[in-house]
Amino acid sequence: MNIEFIQKVLPLYQKAAVLTVEIGALGIVLSILVGLCAALILYDKIPVLRWIVSAYIEISRNTPLLIQLFFFYYGLPKIGIRMEAKLCGLIGLGFLGGSYMAEAFRSGLEAVGQMQAESAYSLGFSKLQTMRYIVLPQALDISFPAFMANIIFLLKETSVFSAISLMDLMFTAKDLIGVYAKTSESLFLLVICYLLILLPISLIGSGIERRLGRHGFGS
Amino acid sequence: MAETVLELQKIRKQFSDTVVLNGVDLAVKQGEVIVIIGPSGCGKSTLLRCINGLEPIQGGQILFYNERIDTCKDLSLVRQKIGMVFQSYELFPHKTVLENVILAPVKVQRRNKEKVKKEAIELLERMGLGQKINSYPKELSGGQKQRVAIARVLCMHPQVLLFDEVTAALDPEMVHEVLQVILDLAQSGRTMLIVTHEMQFARAIADRICFLENGHILEDTSPKEFFENPKTERAKQFLKTFTYERKQ
Amino acid sequence: MDLGLEVLFKGQNLMRLLGGLGVALQISLISVGFSIPLGILMGLCMTSQNRIGRFSLRFYLEFIRIMPQLVLLFLVFFGTTRAWGWNISGELSAVIVFTLWGTAEMGDLVRGALQSIPKHQYESAYALGMTTVQTFVSIIFPQAVRRLIPLAINLITRMIKTTSLIVMIGVVEVLKVAQQIIESNRMNSPNAAFIVYLFVFVLYFLACFPISLLARYLEKRWR
Repeated sequence: MNIEFIQKVLPLYQKAAVLTVEIGALGIVLSILVGLCAALILYDKIPVLRWIVSAYIEISRNTPLLIQLFFFYYGLPKIGIRMEAKLCGLIGLGFLGGSYMAEAFRSGLEAVGQMQAESAYSLGFSKLQTMRYIVLPQALDISFPAFMANIIFLLKETSVFSAISLMDLMFTAKDLIGVYAKTSESLFLLVICYLLILLPISLIGSGIERRLGRHGFGS
Repeated sequence: MAETVLELQKIRKQFSDTVVLNGVDLAVKQGEVIVIIGPSGCGKSTLLRCINGLEPIQGGQILFYNERIDTCKDLSLVRQKIGMVFQSYELFPHKTVLENVILAPVKVQRRNKEKVKKEAIELLERMGLGQKINSYPKELSGGQKQRVAIARVLCMHPQVLLFDEVTAALDPEMVHEVLQVILDLAQSGRTMLIVTHEMQFARAIADRICFLENGHILEDTSPKEFFENPKTERAKQFLKTFTYERKQ
Repeated sequence: MDLGLEVLFKGQNLMRLLGGLGVALQISLISVGFSIPLGILMGLCMTSQNRIGRFSLRFYLEFIRIMPQLVLLFLVFFGTTRAWGWNISGELSAVIVFTLWGTAEMGDLVRGALQSIPKHQYESAYALGMTTVQTFVSIIFPQAVRRLIPLAINLITRMIKTTSLIVMIGVVEVLKVAQQIIESNRMNSPNAAFIVYLFVFVLYFLACFPISLLARYLEKRWR
């Protein structure tokens, strides 16, 4: 392996990694917002909206992100919806992640027993207060493992962003392999970058999970 | 003559085609302890749930201090005055014992947190839970959980208490500690409606026993009268199920 | 506005697109075919008593899981050429990567299914006088399989979705065909990208949705 080459291209990887993390983080925030709204609509069985949300979840979960991005980035401009690559990546990730987060939150909400809500009502809590103080905090704790898995999944999914001409890690690696034929170095840096992004999150996640498990609620 | 706190008139409750309560009449006076007993599925728990507004009723009316509450828009106000304790405790598992007790007074009644805290601690100490105020529900025994649930309701300053088979899920040795708490409440003059399968306890605590079957109150009488001299055949049969005899 | 609907039905275009999807589906199914037996083997080893075996499989699983599948594809497709001078095709790289990935995921599903059977199921079987083999064959496996099958079917949809990545290592599949069709029609219908990519989107949905429904149905039925 050529250390000099690695030192030379390191800034390129750094820039690419920042882009990945940036779009990834914003996309995850968007996913959480979309997912939470969708889950609450499903949990509350709001008429009409719940059908729309269900259809969205099915469509989003049963198609690959790459295809979604192609449609958003190359297809939609033809009917006048144009967005720059970064925004498109962000929206694509939110579109995909929203449904995964919705499923995580929804199963969390459903795991909180109906009697918990009833006992809150019987103490005079309103519907909104019951959701805020009693049901939602428990649901979020229950769905934490799925939530964490989704975050890792979504960060990994950002690897397809090069398809919509974003200069992310994959783009950088492929480019360097093409231009300098330094395959080992390029791939090595690629793996290291993804490990540096994903490993800490994975470790922190399982750490929190273990703590939740310890003073968690069980039944 | 004490004031009538709660009055049920011809309560009718059905789940789709099944009629669970069919014309229940009951008046509860200030300070009275009424025990409702009857076979499983007779509608005892449903009756309490209707009073607390957890189940809508299909006929009749419920009066609380002569005001209709079954058609009341703001159930929260009613529920703050009618406390209910459940068989399965339903403590909030993500809150400590103290937080469980003060949450509703602070968030629902918007009372001063420090004052509520002080009151809650006193209440818990009186119930022998002083050591447990910072524990989470899962660290408690069933009997302790149920006592916390009772404290949680008391801290709302309700005027009527509903107990729905509160000892049914408990190990036998814990039943006593919970029933003792309820007995103390009765002696301090609380108005209570109790559903239970503990016949000894019913006899000791009740001012009146209501025997409910098939959605009707078949007997409404003093405990002595009910246990020693039940009038209806159904009540006699029901009481028999609590005694055992070897076949000759 | 002309969105080029006719482009889809012109000449062999429709068949070519379906053929492209066929390539992707074929690769997923071959990979699933390898992954299931290998995954079962891996799952059994992960529940075995051998610590070193368990630990190395765990490490393998975690590495495969934490890497984006596209990175794994790059490692095999570009890396093997460099390291061993192999010049393997995109298709073969894809099958290798998805088998490695599928085996890891399947292995973990098998492990999960086996460990989800409560201990008292074993104990009550032994208490009835059953031997270890009898216990596994007639008590544990039937229950584990019921938990496993819906999840394994779900793995197929994940595999199909992941296979869309192979276009990035130059395999001619549905997305590549779509690009070619759009390119060759850019003069007569410049807006065809909308319809063609929408069509590809719908194709993937039609491939995955029924499988998801089946998995969900079985999960509900066998719960």
